[in-house]
Amino acid sequence: MTQNVGRRDTAAQNTAAAPEDALLTINAIEVMYGRLALVLRALSLSVPRQGVVALLGANGAGKTTTMKAVANLLRSERGEITRGSIHYDGSRIDTLDACDLAGRGLSLVMEGRHCFPTLSVEENLKVGAFSRRDGGRAIADSLELVYSYFPRLRERRNMATGFLSGGEQQMCAIGRALMARPRLILLDEPSMGLAPLLVEEIFVIIRELNRKEGMSFLLAEQNASVALRYATYGYLIESGRVVREGAPEVLMDDPEIRASYLGLDASAARMGDAALADRRRRWLS
Amino acid sequence: MSDFSFFLEVVVGGLLSGVMYTLVALGFVLIFKASGVFNFAQGAMVLFAALTFVGFTEYGLPYWAAFLVTLVVMMALAVGIERAVLRPLLGQDAMILFMATIGLSIFLEGLAQLIWGTGVRGLDLGIPDDPIEWGGILVSQFDLSTAVMAAVLVAVLSVFFSTTRIGRALRAVADDTQAAQVAGVPLGFIWAVVWGVAGFIALVAGLVWGARLGVQFALTLVALKALPVMILGGFNSIAGAIVAGLVIGVSEKLAEVYLGPFVGGGIENWFPYALAVAVLLWRPTGLFGAARIARV
Repeated sequence: MTQNVGRRDTAAQNTAAAPEDALLTINAIEVMYGRLALVLRALSLSVPRQGVVALLGANGAGKTTTMKAVANLLRSERGEITRGSIHYDGSRIDTLDACDLAGRGLSLVMEGRHCFPTLSVEENLKVGAFSRRDGGRAIADSLELVYSYFPRLRERRNMATGFLSGGEQQMCAIGRALMARPRLILLDEPSMGLAPLLVEEIFVIIRELNRKEGMSFLLAEQNASVALRYATYGYLIESGRVVREGAPEVLMDDPEIRASYLGLDASAARMGDAALADRRRRWLS
Repeated sequence: MSDFSFFLEVVVGGLLSGVMYTLVALGFVLIFKASGVFNFAQGAMVLFAALTFVGFTEYGLPYWAAFLVTLVVMMALAVGIERAVLRPLLGQDAMILFMATIGLSIFLEGLAQLIWGTGVRGLDLGIPDDPIEWGGILVSQFDLSTAVMAAVLVAVLSVFFSTTRIGRALRAVADDTQAAQVAGVPLGFIWAVVWGVAGFIALVAGLVWGARLGVQFALTLVALKALPVMILGGFNSIAGAIVAGLVIGVSEKLAEVYLGPFVGGGIENWFPYALAVAVLLWRPTGLFGAARIARV
């Protein structure tokens, strides 16, 4: 496998093993943009059934590219998977079209929400059910389910989503993904640009969806501390490859992750501002 | 005849000819909205539809049958364009797609004339072009009929877009193509629908303009009249195309009648373009275009 194997912790290896049990498996994919820029290098990860997996990393590490690779959106951006494969629920999906995945139970909530701004909230949600063939009654039930998780969407149902706040748009985007009745939801930066309380609210709902509806999640997040609190497993990627993986507790104790991604210990000191470092310690202790 | 009723007559005449511009512009706007492509081939599609219709009536088909057959041909054409032109160019620059539609327009013009010949054909829709008096104003019966046809067409389209599942998906694609794909909307299918609808509009426009000008190569130039309409109304607004079509129609007639005598006439032909340039300077997105709602 990759040269990173040696650095992975062994307990983690056991949890991630046996990919045939996994709902989603990414096998050593390599992604190129415009035949020049190598964005992902032999990246492998898997999402177990009923799992909430966090994909951590800094800006430009390749989180969004990974999500788009799974969702088959690369081709429309002149990127391609040049090596490796992606399997979902036992079958290979990287050869399909982007629109084929929703019907198979795999939904992506894109970075930056991407609601349809001129459509109302309810229209947005109904577009999410486009791939379903199980009739209007079942779709109406799903609409109710979404409104029960996000009561605020019901209040705003007839409003164009372009006028919603960032948090409401994030809810609408997640709700739209739910309308396809997914088994796996890919969430790209759900916390981006949201107030901390709202971030917490959304992660609580993710946990509920995971426990009550049995949905699995792959969460790409820069906000490592929130993501690790709700995840069952985590991967850290840097320059397009996995550099650490493991259970959340293991990752949270990793000194390098603490320093660079959780803003604890060394990073505050590295800023050279003693007062700031003190304040950080006080806040985070 | 009083000055005022003369003025009204000019305005009504302008409105009715404006409807004809709207018809052509609608086809452009639809495709631009859904796929971000300025479809240079819309004019060729108008010619192709009109020639096909006339061709089939010459084989002895009644009008309604010729209409249906032509409609089927236009739909098949739309699916073919999606497969052969749009799908291979998915994700390419808008300029590349634009050039592809230029090629498409040359191909369609050639194909239409190869199949149906190059001669000018008359098209009589059976609507008399006699003026009727209506509240003291003379109105062309033909123009009035086309206006009603266009109004019905627009009403049917807006119901289709606002209430049906496919119409909703179409607006979703227009708003955000990637997000629509992720939500499970097949882009190829939507594009085929959009081009099919544009083909339907081209057919109606082809019949109306063909009855007016004769079915001939010059029909492709009708598309040029749609340009100022779209610049005025905005490239991605259906409401804009309707209003701008009417504004262009009325303003060119008023300019011809009231300003024409001072500059020696002939204003009608260039006035819409002058208006378009003025709009570009003052409001580049058009009156209705790209008013994207965004709150950050």
